[in-house]
Amino acid sequence: MEKPNPLLDVRNLKIQFATEDGLVDAVKGTSFSLNKGETLAIVGESGSGKSVTALSFTRLLPEPPAKFAGGEILWKGQDVLKMNARQLRAIRGGEIAYIFQEPSTSLNPVYTIRSQIAEAIRLHRPDVTDVDAEIVKWLDAVGIVNPAKRMHDYPHQLSGGMQQRAMIAMALSCQPDLLVADEPTTALDVTIQAQILGQLRELRTKFDMAIILITHNFAIIRGLCDKVAVMFRGEIVEFGTAEEVLSNPQHPYTRALIDCIPKLGANQKRLRTIDYAKLA
Amino acid sequence: MDNRSPAQRMLARFRRDRIAMISSATIIVLALTAITFWILSITNVPFPENPNATDLQSKLQPPSFEHWLGTDNLGRDVLSRILHGSYISLTVGFVAVAVSLCIGVVVGAVSGYFGGWVDNIVMRVVDAIICFPTFFLILSAVALVGPSLLNIVIVIGLVSWTGTARLVRAEFLTLRESQYVKAARSLGQGSFPIIFKHILPNAAAPIFVTAVIGIPEAILTEAGLSYLGFGVQPPQATWGNIIADGKAYILDAWWLIVFPGVAIFISALAFFLAGDALRRAGNSKSETH
Repeated sequence: MEKPNPLLDVRNLKIQFATEDGLVDAVKGTSFSLNKGETLAIVGESGSGKSVTALSFTRLLPEPPAKFAGGEILWKGQDVLKMNARQLRAIRGGEIAYIFQEPSTSLNPVYTIRSQIAEAIRLHRPDVTDVDAEIVKWLDAVGIVNPAKRMHDYPHQLSGGMQQRAMIAMALSCQPDLLVADEPTTALDVTIQAQILGQLRELRTKFDMAIILITHNFAIIRGLCDKVAVMFRGEIVEFGTAEEVLSNPQHPYTRALIDCIPKLGANQKRLRTIDYAKLA
Repeated sequence: MDNRSPAQRMLARFRRDRIAMISSATIIVLALTAITFWILSITNVPFPENPNATDLQSKLQPPSFEHWLGTDNLGRDVLSRILHGSYISLTVGFVAVAVSLCIGVVVGAVSGYFGGWVDNIVMRVVDAIICFPTFFLILSAVALVGPSLLNIVIVIGLVSWTGTARLVRAEFLTLRESQYVKAARSLGQGSFPIIFKHILPNAAAPIFVTAVIGIPEAILTEAGLSYLGFGVQPPQATWGNIIADGKAYILDAWWLIVFPGVAIFISALAFFLAGDALRRAGNSKSETH
């Protein structure tokens, strides 16, 4: 059942990078779409083009060296690739918000959490009068204890998990329609990872927001994502519902990736690695 | 919990540093002297004596109780001249650095943040300016526009911003790749708020250090210009032109060279040491937790 107007519709997207050895294809004709409130995981290894794809939604890639060689990115029916700088800035944060891999470096060390979230709110929601109350509300929503006090902290006073929660609060405070989480838990330890993912799951239902989760780890998408796109060398090699892809992977690369997850209780001497010779 | 901003923590480290405290105390004394004698100069108060009153009867006298630092070839009191000249040196130091900072920071920031062809053009211009021997460039410029205090300050500032620009550019090249800049961009923040609000405060410590180190360099440049006769013009006393006037009597009247020289030396040293201490304080890795 396809809705006529998906929230995000990427059609045959091609991105190249100018390097010293000539043009390199980073994304080779990727297409997928995402409806309102849906959660999509883009899974793939380093260099597969998943982050580049995600950053292209609001043209965050530095151009040059990046170059859009073809395709369309339709956000609410409008082509992002044809937008001017002002339109892009309105979408960035306000409609599509990002959280990144390294929470410890994603916050500016010279400002308090409060002033950084306040900046985001002022940018996209100038009608909010009681900014502090709004900050407390969002910090509370992402599970920071005693938000009225903690918002006056500098980033170095927070733990990695709390920093990532603050980043999520900053992203959510602009009330985006889509949250792009680029490896949000890679830098965190496993227990914190589970907490953050749980938090994302809760927030998704609470605010009816679409999420694109970018990861190389199949283990974390179950229970959070509706759809999965597997990227390999700049192409989506498999696309389907999370259940289908996880239980019945079709492409050999997907199978290889799933095999890489260490299984509890499995009688396995060595962890499986990917044999690229077989895939090529 | 350590709820202090990075700047507050840097200040706390600075205050624990003995050399930093001694040099900043010296700078404060210098600044107070300069301000006091600037006020005395414009109100024509002859304290300790009129720095421009000649007394040929008592010329070239060695230091004594009457003239603590001796008199020059026109019988003017050297102590009075040094004190009344102090504000020239400090004004030159601070204002020239302010001019060069304003240009250097903006040029370096734009160049480093935008990169690409903007950076290429700007940096080639900077290279071209650096290729000129600075002192002779200043000398020619001052000779061209006339040696007033304002002209000297502006010329020194206009010539010496290149170092700051390079430093700021280098800082920006690193910081623009940082995650918080990426995060600010992803929130829809524009280029100029990112440059001035997000990157510049993180580059403030090294910029501040070069500024403080730039002050004595400007003071020395002005002294050099005065010595060559292109500085602030007589009868206004400056540390440089007291030495210049005294150079003819160097074998007979050592006090004409030594005392203004000591004044230049102490103030330059104080600023250099303060700048160095600031650099140490800014480097948080040296702090033991």
